[in-house]
Amino acid sequence: MTERMEFGMRPPAGGPAEPPQPAEPAFEPLPPDARIDLAEDGAQVNEILDALDSDLVGLAPVKTRIREIAALLLVDRARARFGIDSGRPNLHMCFTGGPGTGKTTVAMRMAELLHRLGYVRKGHLVSVTRDDLVGQYVGHTAPKTKEVLKRAMGGVLFIDEAYYLYRAENERDYGQEAIEILLQVMENRRDDLVVVLAGYKDRMDSFFSSNPGMSSRIAHHIHFPDYTAEELEAIGRLMLERQGYALAPEAEPVFREYLRRRRTQPRFANARSVRNAIERARLRHAGRLVARGGLVGRQELMTLHPDDFLASRVFAEPAAQAG
Amino acid sequence: MRITQGTFSYLPDLTDEEIAAQISYALERGWPCSVEFTDDPHPRNSYWEMWGLPMFDLKDPAGVLQEINECRKAYPNHYIRLNAYDASYGRQTIALSFIVHRPPSEPGFRIDRQETSDRRVRVSLHPYATDRPEGERYGDS
Repeated sequence: MTERMEFGMRPPAGGPAEPPQPAEPAFEPLPPDARIDLAEDGAQVNEILDALDSDLVGLAPVKTRIREIAALLLVDRARARFGIDSGRPNLHMCFTGGPGTGKTTVAMRMAELLHRLGYVRKGHLVSVTRDDLVGQYVGHTAPKTKEVLKRAMGGVLFIDEAYYLYRAENERDYGQEAIEILLQVMENRRDDLVVVLAGYKDRMDSFFSSNPGMSSRIAHHIHFPDYTAEELEAIGRLMLERQGYALAPEAEPVFREYLRRRRTQPRFANARSVRNAIERARLRHAGRLVARGGLVGRQELMTLHPDDFLASRVFAEPAAQAG
Repeated sequence: MRITQGTFSYLPDLTDEEIAAQISYALERGWPCSVEFTDDPHPRNSYWEMWGLPMFDLKDPAGVLQEINECRKAYPNHYIRLNAYDASYGRQTIALSFIVHRPPSEPGFRIDRQETSDRRVRVSLHPYATDRPEGERYGDS
């Protein structure tokens, strides 16, 4: 036996291992008179912020706050290089706003941003609702919540419709237990995860008023305003462009009018409604092409006509209820 | 006598940072981790008690390390090991397993020799710790 075959016979399961991370250089504070170029340090961060700017229409207050947070983390990093310890900033956040205003999308970007800034280690987003946190019987909630928290460690925990955690009408509701565990982790494990709560403004407000501890542990309350008509139109264009569609010139005023009417109707969900409108227009577009038969070219496959929107219920009668 | 078993058995005990680095290696490979403990250190005792269920879908070692620390708190006088399962073989396969905690004092093993027919000798290992009932084995020693 010339070679020992017992060892190393197993082929690597997941392909070759990733190259080891370069060891962190020994920490040595910069001299007090040194200068740091923040712009150089922030180049990769700016990349995300610019992507945020170009991908998301409107949301000015949100973007401002995110820029501020990014700047704070950059400055903190620069301060750390001088050996100034400022403690870890509290980055738990609460996103409030109407349906379809981009809360989840921004949370996803936030996770990536915090990862690039070195605030969280992995930068993944774990999106949960009440069902994932609250158990069905006594003693079921704590392990369930802890499980989710463990999964979110090193990343961002996004709790959608967080107000459902607390049911005021039932004082024996297990949601309270989940809230207590959350509070504890938000306070003690700030190094390990960032918690983002999201929900509609008024209901979040009443949630916080019945859980003052939660409110005080969240540093950033960010409100997502509803989109204006122009912003909705820009969002629609962006969506069409991404799906490889374009509006015929004569369809543009129709699309604008559609959005104007739809906004005033009940159950309007901002960007989500725009997406649904486009989905339905695609259906009608496809139906129209198939019904017509004959040859179609690239241009026809890409262009939405006024008819595709005019057939909508929104145009049927001004007072009609649209879904 | 210091008991050695599993991966890294001939290295000094790993620090928490080193354990975290091993966990993140396992997680990067897609191996879920689990924590087990026992106070019966016999080498053929492969069925240790589970500390909770194996942890799936984790991305970051902090969650596993938290469970290890909770287990250490609950069983300061037991052996605790970390297992990482490699599911890619389609069966339960331990890819990595090492001791992350041991009792403060380890009395070691005694060799029992039993003479049988034809002057043959059977040898068995007897951990001194198992002379005491389960749960009290390392506590007051």
